[in-house]
Amino acid sequence: MAEPVHEIEVEIKNVEGLHMRPAMQFVDLAGKFDSDIHVSNEEQSVDAKSIMQMTMLAATCGTKLRIKAEGADAAEAISALQELVEVKMFDETPGK
Amino acid sequence: MEIKKGIAVSPGVAIARAMVIDSKDYRIPRRSILSSERTKEIGRVREAFDNAVAELTELEKDVAAGESQIKDIFAVHIRYLHDASFGKRITDFIENELVTAEYAVSTILREIASHFAGIDDEYISERAADIYDIERRLLTQLLGDVRRGVEHLTEEVVIVAHDLTPTQTAGFNKTFVRGFATEAGGRTSHTAIVARSLGIPAVVALEDVTASITSDSLVIIDGNRGVVIIDPDDDKMAEYEKFSRELTEFEVSLGSLRDKPAVTRDGEEIQLLGNIEFPDEAIMTKDKGGVGIGLYRTEFLYLYGGSEPTEQDHYEAYTEVAHHFEGQPVVIRTMDLGGDKLPYAGRQAPETNPVLGLRSIRYCLQHLSMFKTQLRAILRASVLGDIRVMFPLISNLQELRQAKMILRDVMEDLDEYAVPYNPNIKVGIMVETPSAALTASLLAADCDFFSIGTNDLIQYTLAVDRANEHVVTLYSAADPAIFVLMRSVIHDANKARIDLSVCGEVASEPEYIMLLLGMGVRTLSLAPPMIPEIKQIVRSVTIKECNHLARKVATMDSQRQIKNYLRDAATRILPEAF
Repeated sequence: MAEPVHEIEVEIKNVEGLHMRPAMQFVDLAGKFDSDIHVSNEEQSVDAKSIMQMTMLAATCGTKLRIKAEGADAAEAISALQELVEVKMFDETPGK
Repeated sequence: MEIKKGIAVSPGVAIARAMVIDSKDYRIPRRSILSSERTKEIGRVREAFDNAVAELTELEKDVAAGESQIKDIFAVHIRYLHDASFGKRITDFIENELVTAEYAVSTILREIASHFAGIDDEYISERAADIYDIERRLLTQLLGDVRRGVEHLTEEVVIVAHDLTPTQTAGFNKTFVRGFATEAGGRTSHTAIVARSLGIPAVVALEDVTASITSDSLVIIDGNRGVVIIDPDDDKMAEYEKFSRELTEFEVSLGSLRDKPAVTRDGEEIQLLGNIEFPDEAIMTKDKGGVGIGLYRTEFLYLYGGSEPTEQDHYEAYTEVAHHFEGQPVVIRTMDLGGDKLPYAGRQAPETNPVLGLRSIRYCLQHLSMFKTQLRAILRASVLGDIRVMFPLISNLQELRQAKMILRDVMEDLDEYAVPYNPNIKVGIMVETPSAALTASLLAADCDFFSIGTNDLIQYTLAVDRANEHVVTLYSAADPAIFVLMRSVIHDANKARIDLSVCGEVASEPEYIMLLLGMGVRTLSLAPPMIPEIKQIVRSVTIKECNHLARKVATMDSQRQIKNYLRDAATRILPEAF
């Protein structure tokens, strides 16, 4: 049976965008799941568990990203990452 | 084969494998490796990653709990170094492009940094700074690796670098380092001084030389003609093997001069002393026929090893030299560095103009406990022979008096503990600032000797940075301004009946010897390997003709005119030297 695949679109809401520290939180969280997780913007798709690739997305406040997880815990991964980006906003100041 | 032209700063010929030392402060040039070296270079990258992570983990631990932002920075850097796709990008680059670990690290990190810098969002673009920080940390690891390699050499090499610092040269294993080739520097740069004192050839101001070398390059350094040849062909090799033999023969012929006195043809005795940097050079000075040490630079004590030198460190270094010269002068110059050069002094705010800043005697007068440690050791050593103390960079009488007052304080301390020393130790100064030269008659009344330090005196008088290749042609001892200034210092010293010597680079340059003698100088202190050649000149001239030459120079109005005149005169005396 094929692995479950889950996807969601999120918007970066903290004013400083996906800079180093938020990227670290994102990568650390993604790393807790067994699923393969990829994040894409309009141009490229990168490994959500690589801090280099995530920071090089250079997602600024207001950017929309697509998160796609593939694996047994894909659903949990998607909801946890969505919460970090849009609800907790990386514990940072929201943008206007 | 590639031939590069630079400035010859130390004579001789060296033929050996090249060892390149990159600098994290300059662009790292692309340098190729052999495909068989891939595994080694990739291993070096992995090791640098591991060491950088260990270093960051320590730093992270030391951060106070309240400073979570700083902690986060280190944590992010650790994540980067653990990121497999990041490491792979660097090792793939080495694998595919066959370049050094240094170049791969620098190139990939700069690519990433410029990606950030190009994003039109200040929060993101500022993150380029983090990437540069990681780059520097990795390069420090890789370059440390190279430094340890130079300290533990097992075969002869020539060192190729952008520039060499005192800290670097102090750590070299001198038995195996046969020559230097650098991109920066001039005749009186640190590289040049160290090369001359070691008696090995050096060529500086070589454009992009570090980029031209591959890991197995054979290099010829021609310190007579100022040429560096990379991967010479058979003809060039044969030419240089012959040239190198002829040079050795010339040196052997000079060797027979060792025990002959340095006396002019009309009977005037000239004292030839050695300038040394390390204690073991005292032996070389003796071997070359030097009759004492006119300048014992003590900076190596402060640069080598991770902590401030103890009184015992100083004392041992001084006694080692004193033992070789019983009854002959040994002039110990006190610390002549800026605080920025002291590895253990902590981070200093950068000075806007360091050569005019807090350095040398000025630094010592503000760091009395360090200064007193050195003076105590010099005084304790003073009972072993004719030990003298010399203060560098004196720029006014007040400074000299202050330094002497501290010396007296230290004497009183020693009295208290009944430690023996020579209470009549001779105290002198380097005359190397224009203000000291102009007020030499005042300073002469308060000290026992002058030593003219021409390197700094020229730099300060002509306002030329001697290490800057773009203005280096303005830097010359043959400038009329230098002649006038030196002549007046010599006059003032003679009038006050105090000793005078010249210890700058001009004392080891054959074309200047006649002029110095003609100006009244009778003591020269120079790089030990040059003593035989200078002695040969002394023995070939008369004071009468030197006086005539100096009077003639007094009428000349340009560097060029003076230089050509001196060169012609010296070539007539000792054609082999030119």
